Amino acid sequence: MTDSAATDTAVVRSTTEKGPRVWQGLLIAAVLLAVGQALLPPGLIRPPDWAILPFADWINAAFYYAQNELGLMQVTRAFAGGVEWSLDVTGNLLYGRNRWPRIGPIPWSTVAVTAGMLGYALGGWRLAALAGGTFVWIAVMGQWRWSMETFSVIVVAAPVSVFIGLCMGTLAWRSKTAERIINPILNIAQSLPHFAYMIPVVVFIGLGPKAGAVVTIIFSVPPMIRMTLLGLRKVPEEVVEAGKMSGATRWQLLTRVRLPTARTEILIGVNQVIMQCLAMVVLASFIGMPGLGQRLLQLLQALRIGPSVEIGITIVLLAVTLDRLSRAWAMRQPAHPEPGESWASRNRLWLIWAGLVAAAFGLAQLVPYFHEDERSQALSIAPPIDAGVNWFIGFVSPVTDWIRRVLVVWVLIPFRDAILWLPYTTVLAAVAALGWAVGGWRSALVCVGFILPIALSGWWDRAMITVYTVLAAVTLAGIIGFPLGIWGAGTGRRAAVVRLVCETMQTFPRFIYMIPVVMLFGVSDVAVLAAVMVFATVPIVRYTIEGLDSVPPETVEAAEMSGATRRQVLGNVRLPLAMPTILVGFNQSIMFALFMVIIAAFIGTQDLGQEMQRALSATDVGKGLVLGLAVAFLGLMADHLLMRWAERLRQAQRL
Amino acid sequence: MAQPAISCRNVWKVFGPDPAAHVAALSAGGSGAAGHVVAVRDVTLDVTRGEMLVVMGLSGSGKSTLVRCLSRLIETTAGAIDIDGVEIGSLTEASLIALRREKMGMVFQSFGLLPHRTVLQNVAFPLEMRGMDRMARTARAREVLELVGLRSREDYFPRELSGGQQQRVGIARSLAIEPDIWFLDEPFSALDPLIRREMQDEFLRLKKQMDRTIVFITHDFDEALRLADRIAIMKDGAIVQCDSPDRIVLAPASDYVAKFTAGVDRSRVVHVGTFAMPLPPDAPPEGSPLPAGATLREIARSLVADPRPTIPVADTSGRLVGALDRNAALDLVLEARPA
Repeated sequence: MTDSAATDTAVVRSTTEKGPRVWQGLLIAAVLLAVGQALLPPGLIRPPDWAILPFADWINAAFYYAQNELGLMQVTRAFAGGVEWSLDVTGNLLYGRNRWPRIGPIPWSTVAVTAGMLGYALGGWRLAALAGGTFVWIAVMGQWRWSMETFSVIVVAAPVSVFIGLCMGTLAWRSKTAERIINPILNIAQSLPHFAYMIPVVVFIGLGPKAGAVVTIIFSVPPMIRMTLLGLRKVPEEVVEAGKMSGATRWQLLTRVRLPTARTEILIGVNQVIMQCLAMVVLASFIGMPGLGQRLLQLLQALRIGPSVEIGITIVLLAVTLDRLSRAWAMRQPAHPEPGESWASRNRLWLIWAGLVAAAFGLAQLVPYFHEDERSQALSIAPPIDAGVNWFIGFVSPVTDWIRRVLVVWVLIPFRDAILWLPYTTVLAAVAALGWAVGGWRSALVCVGFILPIALSGWWDRAMITVYTVLAAVTLAGIIGFPLGIWGAGTGRRAAVVRLVCETMQTFPRFIYMIPVVMLFGVSDVAVLAAVMVFATVPIVRYTIEGLDSVPPETVEAAEMSGATRRQVLGNVRLPLAMPTILVGFNQSIMFALFMVIIAAFIGTQDLGQEMQRALSATDVGKGLVLGLAVAFLGLMADHLLMRWAERLRQAQRL
Repeated sequence: MAQPAISCRNVWKVFGPDPAAHVAALSAGGSGAAGHVVAVRDVTLDVTRGEMLVVMGLSGSGKSTLVRCLSRLIETTAGAIDIDGVEIGSLTEASLIALRREKMGMVFQSFGLLPHRTVLQNVAFPLEMRGMDRMARTARAREVLELVGLRSREDYFPRELSGGQQQRVGIARSLAIEPDIWFLDEPFSALDPLIRREMQDEFLRLKKQMDRTIVFITHDFDEALRLADRIAIMKDGAIVQCDSPDRIVLAPASDYVAKFTAGVDRSRVVHVGTFAMPLPPDAPPEGSPLPAGATLREIARSLVADPRPTIPVADTSGRLVGALDRNAALDLVLEARPA
């Protein structure tokens, strides 16, 4: 223990002692390259054409080979066939699609009652009201069919993802080699933007609901793998030994001791799978997935704010409900029944549920309103929302117009032009300098390794526009989120409230954030920036509170007893100690921003996201994956830099 | 002599990059490569059938590792361990599992209960692994729970029980298959002192009811003295002394052992039988004998009142087995240690 700590400090010291000269040199080189670019040959300003590698063609060739020569097409088509069959069944049951088993649709009232009962069983009255109320809202607003189109995909995709994730997580836990292969794939997979998943799926399966379901499955597997691995690792050694001493075989040990003991982590994985599914299903509207997402996309593109707010509320309610239900399930601990309880009272909830379902079913037979839901019979709050929004926009538009103009003219355009003005060699040198500063030559190499392929891919300018949008958004997010976090950490009550708001906002599918910004800023660059910024603020606020909260109270007391004022305590004690955690927040913020930038592309940007959408509509796998990997590499580079930095700060604090 | 239940010969357990080479180097008298940790060092030990051996040592002395070697939860680096004459290191996985299902039970320091199963299902778990049908295993589990006094809690989940109750469940589970050999790895260390005492009494009661070989690990010397037939004291992975409690307190093999015994009231540990001298062949002492199985503290009152300089000692059948030197015995009772 002491040995490793000693070598760690030795490493830190050696990098800090030798480091400055090298990284300062690199930085100076970067500045010189930028300033003296008039003297440079053009090959050092933008990558020359002969150096651009046709990554896209290579990927396309590989895909063509896999698709046609390896017969992968048959496999994926078979898998998609199975998925389609399940989608038909759930579609028939939930919204009366005309397919086997042709018994649906189930009356919406019974679905709402079941959801409410589930909420009650898992979390009492409040959860019951939330879950039941969500479905009642959906029905009353006349969105049943769209919602069920979305919901039926989740019902099919989530169990498949959970199963695949459990298997692969167990595999990674069993075999070191498997883990070594799976881990880097997960790292890249979790930083690939949503659209990058869609293109290969469209190639293999085509457009439509089943492609949407397959992409949803693929997208939601990674967190399940991670949580399974984590859960299996956390099983106490003594529990395993007790299982062994009870004479369990390896299989018995896995299925009856290890996996059940890892229950909480696995169920948290299930929660993440469900939330990822929802986020993806909404986005899958881009590849022809019917449902809430498609509806929202159409309404937003037509700038019909009122109805899109209605849909937005539905998506948010659905997200919060699914999140709270699955989290309550994960946190639930089994409890013993009272001795001498009768069968009826042990199964009380089941009986009540059966009774309520029967009642709702009967009611639906008598009153058609409770059976099938038509858009025509719906309530709508769209007109008043539209009226309110129009009034509000009329009220704030002088302000928002002003903000927009100032931002665009004085901040965004100069900033963008500056970034585009930089020769790519400057960026490479600057990135290497940053890497060297936080983690020595190894980090410098890693960072250059991430950014050089982007230069060679020929998408440099697009990538720089993405970088500029992300940097601008994260900077603004920091300006807003950081003070908000400090304010939030002021008292326990405030922290709890802010945390709850942040957590809830994080469960919303990202698409939702487009509604208010389109409402306020129209279809423009500023709208994209605002959406990205709002979304990127959340993790900064969260982790700032987290970091400030986890400063040991004795340390703060010691500072107070030394006569420090509150400001001094904050500036000299709490913030420095919270810094590593805050950096993690910024890291997540950048990740979120990257994802959001790509999603926001459909309202018109000129970055990688827009090209990705073009690749999607042309089903160009090679291009799509190259663009996706470019985004992923930007993310992974930022991740590497910030995490190394946080790690160094942490080590310094440990001494 | 009958075959011992457990027999270890030169058992080593070394953690590190090249354990086998390290053992070879140390056995040859060298110092071995750096970066290795010797958890068990050249242990040779027999446990006879029906005996209770307590392995005592401070934390890090290798006692938990030793018991895991005995149950082959971890593989030994060198040496051989026989259970009932069978070398367990060479068993296949299937026969090892069979051995555990038939013969072994183990109790763990932090209980090792399955959190998702009720008390009853936890106790029935080893029986389920054996393939016993539900009715039979439930009946047997109830029986064992009765034994540890937890019948009324059978539908509870482990987290709903106190530490002492959880360990009773652990004990019940380990006894469900009626093991011949019972391993207990610091079973009471995680409990409060009062509960610990209570559980020790409970344990002694259970032990009286059954006849099995027990290996009991503890870091608490008083606990060892209270429970053991024989105590093995470990230091740095090696056994420094393995003897009856009487012998340990009367004749500690090293300063290290002596330090443990220093604070102990020896008169509570030493029995009349072991403290007595051999009977003088010519003139055996006369008068009523003292019982060999009593501790000196138990006979202290009569010892003080007895005028005889040497007192006869008899075993439970009344046969004379030795003679007690009254002054020496009084010295020990009064803790007047000879300088």
